[in-house]
Amino acid sequence: MVTTEQLALNVYNLISEIPDPEIPVITIKDLGILRDVVYSNGEFVVNITPTYMACPAMGMIEDQIKEILATNGIQHVRVNLTYTPAWTTDWLSSEAKQKLKKYGIAPPSHSSCTKLVNSPETVACPQCNSKDTELISRFGSTACKALYKCNSCKESFDLFKCH
Amino acid sequence: MTTKEATFTYTLRLGDDALILGHRLSELCSKAPFIEEDLALTNIALDMIGRAQAMLSHAAELEGKGKTADDLAYRRPEINYYNHLITEQPNGDFAHTIVRQLYLSAFEFLFYCELEKSKDETLAAIAKKASKEVQYHWQHAMDWTIRLGDGTGESKRRMQIALYELWMYTGELFEMDAVDETLIKAGIAVDLTSLKTQWLNLIKNTVTEATLLMPDDTYMQSGSRKGIHSEHLGHILSELQYLQRAYPDAIW
Repeated sequence: MVTTEQLALNVYNLISEIPDPEIPVITIKDLGILRDVVYSNGEFVVNITPTYMACPAMGMIEDQIKEILATNGIQHVRVNLTYTPAWTTDWLSSEAKQKLKKYGIAPPSHSSCTKLVNSPETVACPQCNSKDTELISRFGSTACKALYKCNSCKESFDLFKCH
Repeated sequence: MTTKEATFTYTLRLGDDALILGHRLSELCSKAPFIEEDLALTNIALDMIGRAQAMLSHAAELEGKGKTADDLAYRRPEINYYNHLITEQPNGDFAHTIVRQLYLSAFEFLFYCELEKSKDETLAAIAKKASKEVQYHWQHAMDWTIRLGDGTGESKRRMQIALYELWMYTGELFEMDAVDETLIKAGIAVDLTSLKTQWLNLIKNTVTEATLLMPDDTYMQSGSRKGIHSEHLGHILSELQYLQRAYPDAIW
């Protein structure tokens, strides 16, 4: 007999490969947005957590989860948005960081960032690896990124902000 | 007043601060001095709207009257909003926008680090996210204050005026009433008394580095925690609530 834990794991596996809507090279599992799936009171509860509180991708991720599960015949699904534990870039696996870099986004350079204020960050250019880079703006194309430029190869690039 | 009722009011106030400042900043979308700054200010606005959504959802739940975050955001009259007066002040010139950010983000940076210890689990969770986000807001405001204060004669003059003009709205940030007192005892709210000196130091250090002068002690405005606002909130609401007032229950 299949246990509810196995069913929940099955659901988890089905949705773990959903790409992040804004950074399609990494999945919601890689990013740590997908926390877990539990079966309770006749429904699957999918727990997701936002990277930033106002992350506009959350609605889209919820729709995609429901759509994938519906195509696989799983009906009773509830997507729950949770804020605890708070999402952090510490959850990005080294594999996910490599994928980001290959995509042209500099991954967060240090793992913990409780003392962010006043700590200048050395950011390596994802294109040419030069450390001679310069901050253009602390706020980039999405809430989770900052805008940099490389003084060696002259390319501008995004930094996935430490959070 | 029960702890639950006090927590509702406390959460609503925090939600209103985020909602109204978020709306003010969003007015700058496509109007900032250059594109990177446009992105920065609207990103900060987005963080605020996200926080407002989280706070007002929690408030609606605590109230237990079957309302949603949207009901609270769009369907209250002006006297039932409790945002600090500084959040509703007009964007003015770029110096005013930056000084408003300077005063507020320094306060929020200290406040949300403390609120992380709240015994209300949801408030603590929201605070944990907000304190990270607001570090970037503070850094942004600090950078600009130094750059403009220590910039040209014109930028310095404008920054100094903005520092003086907005100063009278800062006293309110540290006001506490029965709601705060009830919740401080319950370990839910932040005791603002201890934050004031830290806040003053943060502001003083930045203002000095920017070669600007600290405003003198002056008369401080008050009232928002009782729903008494400056003339500006009504104008904000006429825009913010327009759609829900004209087409009740309209959804995307």
